[in-house]
Amino acid sequence: MSTQVPETETETEAETKSKPNQERRMAEKAERREAADRERLAREELEAADETVHLKVFRYDPEVEGKQEPRFDDFHVPFEKGMTVLDALIYARDHYDSSLTFRHSCRQAICGSDAMFVNGSQRLCCKTQLGELETPVRVEPLPHQEVVKDLVVDMQHFYDQMEAVEPYFQTDGTPNGELEEQRQDRKNREKIKMSTRCIWCGACMSSCNIAAGDNEYLGPAAINKAYRFYMDEREGKDMQEHRMRVLEQEHGVWRCQTQFSCTEVCPKDIPLTEHIQELKREAVKSNLKFW
Amino acid sequence: MHEHDVIVVGGGGAGLRAAIAASEEGADTAIVTKLHPVRSHTGAAEGGINAALREGDSWEDHAYDTMKGSDYLGDAPAIETLAKDAPEEVINLEHWGMPFSREDDGRVSQRPFGGLSFPRTTYAGAETGHHLLHTMYEQAVKHGIQVYDEWQVTELAVTDHEDPEDRKCHGVVAYDVKHGNVEGFKANRGVILATGGPGQVYDHTTNAVSNTGDGYAMAYRAGVPLEDMEFVQFHPTTLPSTGVLISEGVRGEGGMLYNADGERFMFEHGYANNEGELASRDVVSRAELTEVNEGRGVDDEYVYLDMRHLGEERILDRLENILHLAEDFEGVDGLVEPMPVKPGQHYEMGGIETDENGETCIEGLYAAGESACVSVHGSNRLGGNALPELIVFGKRAGHHAAGKDMKEAEITTGYTDECEPGEVDTPVAPGSVRDTSDGVAADGGPESADDSGTRRTRSDGGALADPQAVVERTVEHERERVQSFLEEDEGVQHAAIREDLQASMTENVNVFRNEDGLRTALEDIREARERYQDVCVDDPSRTFNTDLLHTLETRNLIDLAEAITLGALAREEFRGAHWRQEFQERRDDEWLKHTLLRWNDGSPELFYKPVILEGESKTYEPKVRSY
Ligand SMILES: Cc1cc2nc3c(=O)[nH]c(=O)nc-3n(C[C@H](O)[C@H](O)[C@H](O)COP(=O)(O)OP(=O)(O)OC[C@H]3O[C@@H](n4cnc5c(N)ncnc54)[C@H](O)[C@@H]3O)c2cc1C
Ligand code: SF4
Ligand code: FES
Repeated sequence: MSTQVPETETETEAETKSKPNQERRMAEKAERREAADRERLAREELEAADETVHLKVFRYDPEVEGKQEPRFDDFHVPFEKGMTVLDALIYARDHYDSSLTFRHSCRQAICGSDAMFVNGSQRLCCKTQLGELETPVRVEPLPHQEVVKDLVVDMQHFYDQMEAVEPYFQTDGTPNGELEEQRQDRKNREKIKMSTRCIWCGACMSSCNIAAGDNEYLGPAAINKAYRFYMDEREGKDMQEHRMRVLEQEHGVWRCQTQFSCTEVCPKDIPLTEHIQELKREAVKSNLKFW
Repeated sequence: MHEHDVIVVGGGGAGLRAAIAASEEGADTAIVTKLHPVRSHTGAAEGGINAALREGDSWEDHAYDTMKGSDYLGDAPAIETLAKDAPEEVINLEHWGMPFSREDDGRVSQRPFGGLSFPRTTYAGAETGHHLLHTMYEQAVKHGIQVYDEWQVTELAVTDHEDPEDRKCHGVVAYDVKHGNVEGFKANRGVILATGGPGQVYDHTTNAVSNTGDGYAMAYRAGVPLEDMEFVQFHPTTLPSTGVLISEGVRGEGGMLYNADGERFMFEHGYANNEGELASRDVVSRAELTEVNEGRGVDDEYVYLDMRHLGEERILDRLENILHLAEDFEGVDGLVEPMPVKPGQHYEMGGIETDENGETCIEGLYAAGESACVSVHGSNRLGGNALPELIVFGKRAGHHAAGKDMKEAEITTGYTDECEPGEVDTPVAPGSVRDTSDGVAADGGPESADDSGTRRTRSDGGALADPQAVVERTVEHERERVQSFLEEDEGVQHAAIREDLQASMTENVNVFRNEDGLRTALEDIREARERYQDVCVDDPSRTFNTDLLHTLETRNLIDLAEAITLGALAREEFRGAHWRQEFQERRDDEWLKHTLLRWNDGSPELFYKPVILEGESKTYEPKVRSY
């Protein structure tokens, strides 16, 4: 594996604005020294590291010259045990190219910000150990979504679908007594447990061929959200019927062709395909009832 | 310019609760948030929500435990409000569908938690925060609350009266992350800050990357005092490479801590002969660091948390998520190896000074959640007490901002007659850097030659009072600031400044504190400020420029690091999470008071206000905090 530091490609104007102040020039010099030091440090760290990992990262910026045509940049990052793909991206950004852009926040698989296309499949970067991947590691934005910049995609369509299923609890069984909860048996809570784990990362939607072809398809995450309420006995029968009408519409559960791609990529191990199948069976049952 | 009745900054637990409450009161409410709400760090909370729901428990007991846990630095009216309102708020969450864990009879489950005299912690599996956050976002959708997501608020639009107590807040200015526009948001009734914790002040934290304490810093620069910032909670069991939290549950089930020599040091080195691994968070954190400092750490950095002896069956049954965390974030299999752990920054007890209604000393400006200090937690927060704080005080702030009639607050804010001036001897002047060169000041517009913030420049000699004009002027100022960052293409990268700042804070303002270290930190912070004058943003793009966003945040981190360190240097005692080598005792005669720090247009001013120990029907007598 090479230990070469990628060349900075963003260096543009060599010209500096004229600043008469002597002190200022000194300060600037110190900064340049510092920048040089920093790069040297990074290089030394690289050389000292027993291993480095080679990343090939998708780059695109509609505004910046040289980035308007999508391209891949190479980064060589020192490897440490336990390092994730997200750690590597952060290292590359903070040491080589501060314009490298990706969403991330929690670093613990709960905020759902950093689903990306890693070596050809949808993964949550903070939860993907580098050591387990083939190199070079290819990092791309989620497919089937519009790329905003580098690894950031537009999530609006995903949010719209999530919100299309009335994603909020609706019941007329709320107890009147003060400080009294609505009872739910353990079995029912267990039934909905997996479906409530969704972190809105969008990996499933991105992996789904049907969603790619039918923009109005609710998609696995939204159907799973509806499942979460449909199966919650606290909502009651009427509400269940109402929810079924949303689910069995033209772009609802029947679109799913049981390819399991969503289930395979879900970082929260939600059995999405099973949930959709179960709802299809419920749809059949509820239609029979009305015949 | 956007305009709403109530603007809530932040879409975590506190922000969502505030927005729903304001909306229920009929206010046109919007949330402006730099992350989509469901991405907020409230989602990371695992353990639970304390509420006295059951027979045998009472709000009085919850209040007593909280006061004791706070080491008598919490204010009784705040604590009693929390304890009284929490049950109703938790049941309310249940009515909104939150999937709580259940008992056989179908009621919400509760479990024991450290420092509680009754098992009163309600929970939803090991993902309580995730469910709380999503349940409340669902309600926000139901209420049709407008969410401006991926808009980063950069400054508050506040009038420039001399006295902070005379100022009014008329809105905020935010940067549209996707498109790069700076826009004003006018608030006709109130602005509520709910921007979460400041964990990124440290290099090792359980907080998210976006927890940069923007709200504290903005309120501070607008003139609101920051209260008790020196009280930072460190959690003893976090994974070394990421800071991911390994819940207390592991030790609760019988997990043991070992040093590199295989000694069970909590006992063998006498840190806690009775409680051992289950001693309180600060005690265990200090013990671990002592082991490392004395050369008994593993790789000079961490210790081991071992749960193998519990057996596979029990681990899978009760601690399954811990296995996933260790595997995914540290590459360690907890069934066959011990897990490496070390202390990490976890929670900021202090914050933006507010009263029980969430209001600050600036009219129209509120704060709630981790960024606020009412103060419920005093010098030490009990596990499971932050989430109820979000919903109880989030709701109150929302109601008050929307104009609901509420009981007048007992807690006072701002510099009142009860306050006494404070003094602290610092090696370098804190506050803004008076830059005499003619360059573009990194943090002020062309009019301001330093970085003291926006209000310093008074164009007409008098106070600018027209709300619209106040917002517009702030927008102008922020546009110039952003522009100057983007134009400057030579200088220091913010990441370098942030990294050094974090390293110094971890080195000097950690669980062990002494005068030399604190003074060193202040010097380092000063240096960070000076370097920040020449910060540059390499990425020239207006599209999703995270380089710019992080650069704006780093400025906030510098202000907060300084506030924490000044408080730590001023407080000459050991109370709760704040330990001083020179003063290893709690000193009630002198220090039963809150530390307050205000920006004072760039020359921070320290003062104190007394703690309120008089509750509704009793006075809490300070006792030795022992468990
Ligand atoms: C790992 C972990 C476990 C925890 N477990 C528990 C527990 O079991 N029980 C308990 O009681 N407490 C727990 N806590 C503490 C508790 O979870 C937090 O204190 C609480 O969730 C903070 O909520 P918040 O709403 O104040 O902030 P957050 O949830 O962090 O939300 C902040 C919001 O502000 C927004 N924001 C920030 N800056 C800006 C800006 N400049 N412009 C616009 N928007 C902005 C963000 O986008 C976000 O939406 C835990 C904390 C951690 C880190
Ligand atoms: S269902 Fe799974 S893959 Fe889909 S958005 Fe939710 S967590 Fe992500
Ligand atoms: S950073 Fe939050 S899910 Fe990966």
